[in-house]
Amino acid sequence: MIEGILINGLVKAGLYALLATGFSLIFGVTRIINLAHTALYMLAAYGLYYFGQELGLSLGVSIALALVVTVIIGALTYKLFIERIREHHMTVLLITLAFAIIFEEAMAREFSRDAVTVPSFISGYWEVAGVKVLIQRWLALGTAFVALIGLWLLLTKTKLGTAIRAAGQDAEVANLMGINVPRTFLITAGLAATLAAISGIVIGPTLGVVPHMWTDPLIMVMAIVVLGGLGSLKGSVIAAFILAYVEVIVCYSFPEHCYMSRAIALGAMILTLMVRPEGLFGTSFEEERL
Amino acid sequence: MKRLAFLLTPILVLALVLGGLACGDDDDDKAPTQPPTATTQPTDTSTPPPPPPTAAGTIKIGIIGPMEFVQGEHHWYGAQMARDEINAAGGISVAGEMYLIELERADSNELFSTADAVTAMERLITADNADFVMGGIRSEAVLAMQDVAMDYKTIFLGCGASEAELCARVKQDYDRYKYWFRVTPFSGLNLVKNVLFELGIAGAIITQGTGFEGPLKVAVLAEEAAWSEPVVGALNAFVPAKLGMEIVGVWKPSATATDVSTELSAIENSGAHIVVPILSGPVGIPYGKQLGELEIPVASVGINVEAQKVGFWDATGGYGNYMTDLNFYAQGVAVTEKSVAFVDAFIEKFDEIPTYNAGTYEAILLLKGAIERAGTLDTDAVVAELEKTDMIGPGARIVFTGNDTPEPHDITYGPGYATAIATQWQDGEMKCIWPNLGVDEWEGIMYDGTVMWQIPPLLAQRLSSE
Repeated sequence: MIEGILINGLVKAGLYALLATGFSLIFGVTRIINLAHTALYMLAAYGLYYFGQELGLSLGVSIALALVVTVIIGALTYKLFIERIREHHMTVLLITLAFAIIFEEAMAREFSRDAVTVPSFISGYWEVAGVKVLIQRWLALGTAFVALIGLWLLLTKTKLGTAIRAAGQDAEVANLMGINVPRTFLITAGLAATLAAISGIVIGPTLGVVPHMWTDPLIMVMAIVVLGGLGSLKGSVIAAFILAYVEVIVCYSFPEHCYMSRAIALGAMILTLMVRPEGLFGTSFEEERL
Repeated sequence: MKRLAFLLTPILVLALVLGGLACGDDDDDKAPTQPPTATTQPTDTSTPPPPPPTAAGTIKIGIIGPMEFVQGEHHWYGAQMARDEINAAGGISVAGEMYLIELERADSNELFSTADAVTAMERLITADNADFVMGGIRSEAVLAMQDVAMDYKTIFLGCGASEAELCARVKQDYDRYKYWFRVTPFSGLNLVKNVLFELGIAGAIITQGTGFEGPLKVAVLAEEAAWSEPVVGALNAFVPAKLGMEIVGVWKPSATATDVSTELSAIENSGAHIVVPILSGPVGIPYGKQLGELEIPVASVGINVEAQKVGFWDATGGYGNYMTDLNFYAQGVAVTEKSVAFVDAFIEKFDEIPTYNAGTYEAILLLKGAIERAGTLDTDAVVAELEKTDMIGPGARIVFTGNDTPEPHDITYGPGYATAIATQWQDGEMKCIWPNLGVDEWEGIMYDGTVMWQIPPLLAQRLSSE
């Protein structure tokens, strides 16, 4: 049982971390809480289905198209709708939620609400310590690891990364230093959309792809980002592990209450925040006010 | 740049809206007789021929269900078939005058929102003026919709929810709830009986086929929903007592979960030989796919409504092989003398095997009979005639339980009435495997087209090495 918890928790945590870092990235830099983030993950999964299964394109082409189209939608949504109201946080929340619902309804119209499935890139499973995990899930975990390392390198080792971090710390000063802040924000939105799209593409084949598949991850991603500390990428990764393991432990230990695993994970988040309101690696509220 | 963005904004919105509309058009292409979905739809008058001049009027029947899911779709398909058949024969005779059937389609969205379901029912009755309503699937939502229909004294023929309370209410307050009848499926306790029969067959074949002597271990995977609660309770009580099998645990994912791999991993860890799915929602697809792809050496024997669809095989990429489920229709299986023709016609028209929700076909036929016998559209008179129903439909002989039973107005269960069947996916084909080799009152009950249940090879391999 311990092996099952450890391995399933690891895989789930990797996937949550991939989604949560995109969400955290765009919040940390642009201060936007993008509720449509996981809807982009859903769109990418449908994109993979559409290009691969309905149009019959090769896997590589389908992945590329699903990725590009999703990133374009994410970037356009930011540029055309969110950028101008970026400072109005409640409006941003409502608009991004509206977009998520529009995307869901559009997919329901096109593909119905019945699940569609995408074949795994590599079918079968690998058994580790007596626990079977689909190869596709290992692939997803590896992809998450590579993507997170790539993001870290981008943010810490490149000029673009420095610009993104500078704009996130103080947009006005960054602007005075010659950084094109609006363009940096747009690139950040595109990066976040890329992470969401990668998640949808690698996880989609392991699930039933349905229009509402964005809602559960959104709740978990928000919880992870809040628990980790708003805007903290490191915090998001650690919080992803905590909540994923809480979920898996609940499912293994109390099988009749599997459906409550998320509620219990969220309960754990509440308890942690009671002790540390700013999250594990966030800026304290008092500090933020200053 | 700002100006460009300003210009592009409405274009993107327009594109999204048009995209949605275009998608709706595509839906119509897939099912030519199906109008675009919305909370309630315009009256469907596209398929049937125009009313002949002799028709005295129309009878409007509201079909309510989750129209973006297979359950609602099949409500609609079954109703369309009945309407076309009846209208082509001249309609329903009411005291010598012929009335044509008009269908009104309402999307209840009940898998996600009981509030939406209540609104859709309210609108169907008050704004669309449906004379009769039928459909529903999710018990929680149907209980709420039932109250709306009863408020308006509108006859509601249930075609999807198994909750016993729906019929118990008729006993508790006959004057209020007498307008409710359940056409399909039967109540939860009878669903359990069928699952026990399925398990009994599977258990016997596993024991004989592999020589396994120990008690078989059973894991229950039940979606979290009102209807599954009593089913799980009864399985916990009867599986060990009646079948001598051991229940190793009950796992409860959400009905709309898209991933059950953690639950399946835990089930494999439990040492289960048989998984009993109790699933009516879309979670049935990832369950079938992940169970097969992970090559978990178990037999799946229970209720999975998604597995009643012909598309289940493709949706699971073939990983749903050997899944065994309670069912109501299968191609080439003669539950009654009308079954084979009905299923063939359904497949020809919609390219799908009907799920139990297509019982709207039978609901309209028996409603026609009741109206014609009553000779009036007066609701109370029609209720009195519905109570006398004895009709052979494609899925069952339908006789409603009497007012002296604990759950009146339910479909009568058992040999000679409604039995349902069990089907198993065998290499891409849905085969009937039960009723078969019955005992007591089930002795000799076996429908044409029934075959033997097959042990999933992975389980056989595992048991022979244990």
